[in-house]
Amino acid sequence: MDAQAMHISNGLIDAPVSAAFAALAVAALTFCVLRARHDLDERLAPMAGLVAAFIFAVQMLNFPVLPGVSGHLLGGALAAMLVGPWVGALCVTVVLVVQALLFADGGVTALGLNVTNMALLGTAAGYLVIVALLRLRIPLFATALLASVISVLVAAQGFVLEYALGGGNGLSVGAMFAAMSGSHLLIGLGEGLITAVTVAAVARSRPDLVYALRRRPVESSSDRHVVQGAPHVA
Amino acid sequence: MSRNRIFLLTGLLVTLLLAGVVSSFASSAPDGLDAAARKGCTFDAQGNITGGDCLAKRAADNQTADSPLADYGIRGLDGPLSTGLAGAIGVLVTLGVGYGVFRLVRRRPTSVG
Repeated sequence: MDAQAMHISNGLIDAPVSAAFAALAVAALTFCVLRARHDLDERLAPMAGLVAAFIFAVQMLNFPVLPGVSGHLLGGALAAMLVGPWVGALCVTVVLVVQALLFADGGVTALGLNVTNMALLGTAAGYLVIVALLRLRIPLFATALLASVISVLVAAQGFVLEYALGGGNGLSVGAMFAAMSGSHLLIGLGEGLITAVTVAAVARSRPDLVYALRRRPVESSSDRHVVQGAPHVA
Repeated sequence: MSRNRIFLLTGLLVTLLLAGVVSSFASSAPDGLDAAARKGCTFDAQGNITGGDCLAKRAADNQTADSPLADYGIRGLDGPLSTGLAGAIGVLVTLGVGYGVFRLVRRRPTSVG
């Protein structure tokens, strides 16, 4: 059996909690659409489509993190870096919807749970870390790495919360917290490396296509401008 | 060809290679979430639960379990070709859906009713 990119299946979290998170996700995504409109111009629309497709592809690439345990990129921090938080959350959502509808990865009933964790919490946490670290003039590579670790850990806590509210069988909530946090710290490091390498590659060839670097003073040295000033917040 | 077009086509090529070729080398071990859901149960070689209690016991079929692309494979095909083709289709569908959504959402120079 392939275990690539396994999101929350139907049944793991009970129906009322799944429905509540679906409603929350729809409300938050509506807000994202309204905010994304300001960021999306003729140039960013195809870039955002490519970011979604890239996240889909990299989510298939499970890497080993512990004996018998793998992990894959979630993509929130990468999306926030490249296309900003609003469009980024929509990118990850498009991936999750395609996965649930075509690939039976993540239940349709569980879509609100998966969107909340990976598209909303993961992207929001990643973006907040990116803003803070770039303001502190932390280099882009380290920013991408750290933002990914925090993004993945926060997304994992979203699942722990959903488990506490509507899960059952087996582990106590504390044991689930420990299991999810441990594995996702390692997954976050892997995701951080992938994100940092990807963002560095885009920044090297087309720094103007990296959202987190927009509206900053560009200096002659190609590496300096990436740590200057604050990212543009729409 | 414009710089934008070159960048997008290069990006798409890399993305297709990742989903179409590299994906066959991915780990097939349960991911972090799945591993946590399986904690407390014992499994046979096919991955079926043989005993114990765990979150995975609650799992119900996904509505799309019968999709011809379910579990990142083409129904009726096996091995790397199946995974790679499914991955490439997924990339193109995601790109198409994403581009469509973002074109609809984007701001326009003049508002179109």
